[in-house]
Amino acid sequence: MRYLPNTAQNQRAMLETIGARGIEDLLTKIPAKARLSRPLALPPALAETELVRHLRTLAAKNADAESSVCFLGGGAYDHYVPSPINHLILRGEFFTAYTPYQPEASQGTLRTIYEYQTMIAELTGMDVANASIYDGGSSLAEAALMAHSATSRNEIVLAGGVNPLYRQVVETYVDGPGLRLREAPSPDGVLDLDAARRVVGGKTAALVVQSPNFYGCLEDVAAAAEIAHAAGALLVVVSDPVNLGVLEAPGRQGADIVVGEGQGLGVPLSFGGPYLGVFAAKQEFVRRMPGRLVGATVDLDGQRGFALTLQTREQHIRRAKATSNICTNVALCALMATIYLSTIGKEGLVRVGELSTAKAHYAAQRLAGVPGVSLRFPAPFFKEFTLKLPKSPDRVVAKLARQGILAGLPLKALDRKHGDCLLVAVTEKRTKDEIDTFADALAKAVA
Amino acid sequence: MSNVPGDLRYTREHEWAKQEGATVRVGITAYAQEQLGDVVFVELPKVGAKVTAHQAFGVVESVKAVSDLFAPISGQVTEVNAELGQKPETVNADPYGKGWMLLVTPSDAKQWNELLTAAQYEEFLAQGGH
Repeated sequence: MRYLPNTAQNQRAMLETIGARGIEDLLTKIPAKARLSRPLALPPALAETELVRHLRTLAAKNADAESSVCFLGGGAYDHYVPSPINHLILRGEFFTAYTPYQPEASQGTLRTIYEYQTMIAELTGMDVANASIYDGGSSLAEAALMAHSATSRNEIVLAGGVNPLYRQVVETYVDGPGLRLREAPSPDGVLDLDAARRVVGGKTAALVVQSPNFYGCLEDVAAAAEIAHAAGALLVVVSDPVNLGVLEAPGRQGADIVVGEGQGLGVPLSFGGPYLGVFAAKQEFVRRMPGRLVGATVDLDGQRGFALTLQTREQHIRRAKATSNICTNVALCALMATIYLSTIGKEGLVRVGELSTAKAHYAAQRLAGVPGVSLRFPAPFFKEFTLKLPKSPDRVVAKLARQGILAGLPLKALDRKHGDCLLVAVTEKRTKDEIDTFADALAKAVA
Repeated sequence: MSNVPGDLRYTREHEWAKQEGATVRVGITAYAQEQLGDVVFVELPKVGAKVTAHQAFGVVESVKAVSDLFAPISGQVTEVNAELGQKPETVNADPYGKGWMLLVTPSDAKQWNELLTAAQYEEFLAQGGH
C-alpha cells in the first residue's frame, strides 16, 4: 500500500490556511515552458532484460573517461581509482543508505571516518578535519559561514582564481545570513596581492584563495595569509588534497581553514558526483566546525574506541545558533578516500603528484607549440593550465570529442572574460602517446 | 532552593553581577550551573571588548546544552577568567567565586539599578525561573 503523507481533506485545509485556491496556484512561478502540458504517458513497463538493454543503449551515448581520453578538470579529475576501493566499499557493513553512528554497534564505520579525518588533517597541515561535507563548493560555503561566526565580521573576500562554481554555492549560502562577498582580482591568473591588500580590511571575516586555482596556477598562499592576518581575518585555502603529496600543506603556509574537493582521492568521476567535501581547521576553531566529527576515546574497560564527539556544535543542541545546520557527511566517498590513501600510501601519493605535474608540463609544452595556441597565464601551474585558442573552444572541444578526446573545459560559460580559453587537466593516467595524439588533433582542429 | 548571595544583583538569564569599586564582576548563578550540568567549555570575549546589557557576551557549553551568556550591564571588559579555559568545571564547583567570568567597567551606571536584587531573583526562581 502506498503511504500518502496527506489526504485530500488535509490538502484542502492547508490550501485554505495559506489562501490558495488549488495546488495549481502554488506552481504559477514555474515558467510554462518548463512544465509538461500533457499527461506523462510513460510507455508500458519493460522486462528486466529489455530494460537493461535500453539503459545500456542510453549510457553508451555518453562520452566518459573510460571510452575517451580525458583532459577535463575544473574541480574533478581523472585520477586512477585502485581496484580495492570498489571491492571494499561494496561490503554490506559499509554499503548502506544510512551511516550507522551508534558507537556500540558501529566501531568499524567510526574508525574508518576517524582515519579519514586523521589523513586529511595530516595532508592539509591542520589540527582537525571533519567527517566530510557534500563537495568542494559546499565545504567552501561552510568555511565562509564559520569564518563569519568566528570573527563576528560580515564580509568574505574571494580571490579571482576561486572556482566560479564554488563561488555560486557560496553566494547561495551567504544570502541568508546576509554576508557580503567581494572579489580580489587576479588579472594575471594569480591573486594581485596589492589589490588584495586594498580589499581585505577590518570588516573581512576571511580571505579565500584556491591553490592551484581554477586556472591551474599556483598562488602565493603565505603572502595571502599575511594579508588576511594583518587585517584580523582568517585565511581559507581551497586545496585539492591529491596534490598535497607534492605541494606544501596549506596549514604550513598560514591557512586557518582548509577546504576542497576530495574527488581525486579514489572517488570516480561519475559525471559530477557524489563527491567529497574536505573540511579541516585549526584546533582553536573546532567548536565552530560544521558537520560530524569522530573522536577517539576509551571504553569502560579502557580499550580504545571511537564515537561522535563535540555534538553540541551541531543542531542537536545549538540549533539556531549553530555555525551550520549540516548534520551529515558523505561517508561512502570518505571511505573511498581512506582506502585510496591506505592503498597508494605515502610514496604513491607523491608519485601521483609528480607524474601528474610532469605530464601536465609536457602537455602544456606540446599544446602551446601548436601554431596559434598559447598559455594564457605566465604563472607556474601544477596539473592543469589555461590555453588561449585561435578558434572557438566550444567548437574545438566538439570536434575533438568525435575523435575520442575530451580536450578540456571551455571557460566561456563560467568565466566570460576568458571566452577564448580552454582549461586542460593532465593526471598520472595520461600517456605520452595520448598527449601527442591530442596535440596533433588540436593542431588540425585550429588550423 | 539554590544559593543566592544577598550582596549580588541578578539577571533573568541567571547571571550575577557584583560591584567591586569602579568595576563589576560577572558570572552565572548556582541555579544556572545546576540546570546546565557539568560545564565543559566556556567561551569568553577578549579583554577590551565591549559588552551590551541583555546581549550575549559568550557561550557556556555543558554535557547537555549550549547557552548564551548575557551581559547584566553594558561596558568594557577589563579582565576575563582565563582559568576557565583549562578548568571549565570551576563554574560548577564555585559559581560565585573562582567560577567568575568577566570584569567589566560599566558605561552606564544607571543599569545597575535595573538588575534584580537577591530577593527579587529568589522570587523569580520560586516562580519557575523563566
